[in-house]
Amino acid sequence: MARLFMKGCEAIAEAAVRAGCRFFAGYPITPQNEIPEYFARRMPEVGGTFVQGESEVASISMVYGAASAGTRSMTSSSSPGVALKSEGISYCAAARIPIVYANISRGGPGVGSIQPAQQDYFQATRASGNGGFQMMVLAPSTVQEAVDLTYAAFDLADRDRNPVLILADGVVGTMMEPVVLPEMKSPEEIAAIQADKRSWACVGHHLDYANRAWIRPGQWSTAKMQQVNEEAAALYASWEKDVKVEEYRLDDAQVVLTAYGISARICKSAVDRLRSQGVKAGLIRPITVHPFPFAAYDRLDYGRVKAVVDVEMSIPAQMVDDVRAAVKDRCPVETCLCSGGNIMSRDAVIGAVNAVMEGN
Amino acid sequence: MELIYSRTKTIQEDKVSGFCPGCMHSTVIKLIGEVLEELDLVDKAACVLGIGCCGLHMDYIAYDNTTAPHGRACAVATGIKRASPDSLVFTYQGDGDFAAIGLGESISAANRGENITVIFINNGIYGMTGGQMAPTTLIGMKASTAPKGRDAREHGYPMHMCEILDQLTAPVYLERTSCNTPQNVIKTKNAIKKAFRNQVEGRGFSMVEIVTSCPTNWGMDALAALDYIEEKMLPEFPLGVVRDR
Amino acid sequence: METNLCVAGFGGQGVMTLGKFLADATCHSTDKNVTFFPSYGAEQRGGTANCFVVISDEEIGAPLGDVMDDLIVMNGPSLSRFLKTLRPGGTLFLNSSIVDARDVDRDDVTVVSAPVTEMALEMGSAKVLNVIMLGVYVGRTQVIDPAVVWDTIQHKLSSKPKLLPLNKQAFEKGLELGAAQRG
Repeated sequence: MARLFMKGCEAIAEAAVRAGCRFFAGYPITPQNEIPEYFARRMPEVGGTFVQGESEVASISMVYGAASAGTRSMTSSSSPGVALKSEGISYCAAARIPIVYANISRGGPGVGSIQPAQQDYFQATRASGNGGFQMMVLAPSTVQEAVDLTYAAFDLADRDRNPVLILADGVVGTMMEPVVLPEMKSPEEIAAIQADKRSWACVGHHLDYANRAWIRPGQWSTAKMQQVNEEAAALYASWEKDVKVEEYRLDDAQVVLTAYGISARICKSAVDRLRSQGVKAGLIRPITVHPFPFAAYDRLDYGRVKAVVDVEMSIPAQMVDDVRAAVKDRCPVETCLCSGGNIMSRDAVIGAVNAVMEGN
Repeated sequence: MELIYSRTKTIQEDKVSGFCPGCMHSTVIKLIGEVLEELDLVDKAACVLGIGCCGLHMDYIAYDNTTAPHGRACAVATGIKRASPDSLVFTYQGDGDFAAIGLGESISAANRGENITVIFINNGIYGMTGGQMAPTTLIGMKASTAPKGRDAREHGYPMHMCEILDQLTAPVYLERTSCNTPQNVIKTKNAIKKAFRNQVEGRGFSMVEIVTSCPTNWGMDALAALDYIEEKMLPEFPLGVVRDR
Repeated sequence: METNLCVAGFGGQGVMTLGKFLADATCHSTDKNVTFFPSYGAEQRGGTANCFVVISDEEIGAPLGDVMDDLIVMNGPSLSRFLKTLRPGGTLFLNSSIVDARDVDRDDVTVVSAPVTEMALEMGSAKVLNVIMLGVYVGRTQVIDPAVVWDTIQHKLSSKPKLLPLNKQAFEKGLELGAAQRG
């Protein structure tokens, strides 16, 4: 397959189109504008729909509507805009409507900074909206992975009838890299996907009370509401099988770096550099940050590992909470952090590892 | 004996409505059901319910429905209609939903000329949450959040949604009706029918604003509420076609 | 083998395009890994613009390294901002039309001076200064085959064929100048 040189945002959009996404609504915010702009050009070519919403709040509601009609649908935004989408995301989760959305995250809190950051880990994995729902959160570290995960996200969303979040950052979103694109789903395949949803899609049904589509983001009955949440909890528990993690050069590692997304690929190059200097470093890279790959940390030999170093472009650190829960005090957990739109430096990571080694 | 009138089949007989005595939601919902049947559109109906009393009938209508986040009904309807252009997509929203929290979504969908229909229930008050002030609350009208009555200096004036949307180029049909008299009920039904036909013909955005009562939160009985509509509401919200293109 | 390049200048000098042409050509004509990472100010016009290109036989870590092997500087402010990121022994490509080589306060780097603003004006369009500089860079470093870079430029400009002769001239002038300064 030919390599194309694509910007992360555009590659995500094209992957979505190829996965059969035929509705996109979004609102401008840096650094993800290339996603809606790409869809605006591309959707008419494939018979899909692009709408520039009047806000993030409206855009996610449009996506909720289009997905309720059985169409593979997507929205995207960046950190403050994703916060605004939390209302609609929660509705999708409550009503079990499959959608995919991407956060090309930037500095925060507040309007923050327009440069890349990883300040939205809790927002993504803990509370993307009210009500304690959960989503699978996929965190690509390269443009190719952003493509592959976006393509897969639509299948996961449909399988679970649940939202799926692509948690990328401004680096992965704005950088260009060679990519090999997945196959374009044929009109027949897309029609078949749509037909599978026809029974519950809110598009009109023959007059029959029992068989009407009734999309319900809430319940009148407390018993029914509890039942809905129990079913959702069972779904979330089933995701253990979907955990994805990259375990890099851990066999004899004495210091284990752990990071996701852009920080992780910087860590990976730090591991190689450290190894060339004789330092036995390794890396655990969660690809699904939710479900979190707890078991990967259980596989470490704590007789040998001196410390786990959590590397994030977030101050205070956020993923470190999951890392600590995974490490369970079997070794110290250190952090190496930057924030505000500054990009993690490989030298800083190397320095953090060397500090651990020298501490012994 | 010849059967000349029966209940619309779009309403499930064994389900109980959650509406208060004298509430006009049930009247409007009946009219919608009748129009859907008369135009043979039940199979295509996709109703987007607003938040509040506007969703109380979700359990007893026999056609497809979903519930939008508060105020976002026009955005949700936009998504459904764009994804499924053959469906008859209409929102059913109250004044808080359509004119307060959803003002941006309402005006923007109208301005895009979305080929959807809005059924806008204007009773000048929040119902389900217990009688709070709405954008359409009359000057002097008491609300739980305006205990001395709406004061223009503090709360501004009632919003006239038909007239506001009439400032836009795209909408094709805007009419204000009421359900306070049998004649007005018939006019309301005709307006709904016209609005649905517009959508079937692909003409664009239509809205029917229906001035109704809320005896419970107005603090009066159903008959007194009818008089209140006639004497207070309709002078502020005059009935009639505001636009028909 | 990994090459880290930073290209920096004013918005409007075609800094991003320069980086993108190089990275795109690498993607299409080699099996190397390559990244292009742009960095903008919030302004739409007139701010500073810089981008980073990494070309590597290995998997690429950061698309912008801590230390640059090569630095292309198109204006004064970029020199003071980025010169410190150039590794000892690295190469600085300077737009000597508007940046004085005497302002380079390091003697552990090689300076390749090219008066690309003047050259572009002589050719009749200030806009091609970036293509001249790209030629200088490729001519000097031979980081990839100049022919494939030209193929990429040609392809990217295919919708504006009128611009091709001028760009070809610009690229070739740059190549000559760069090749002449090979050490």
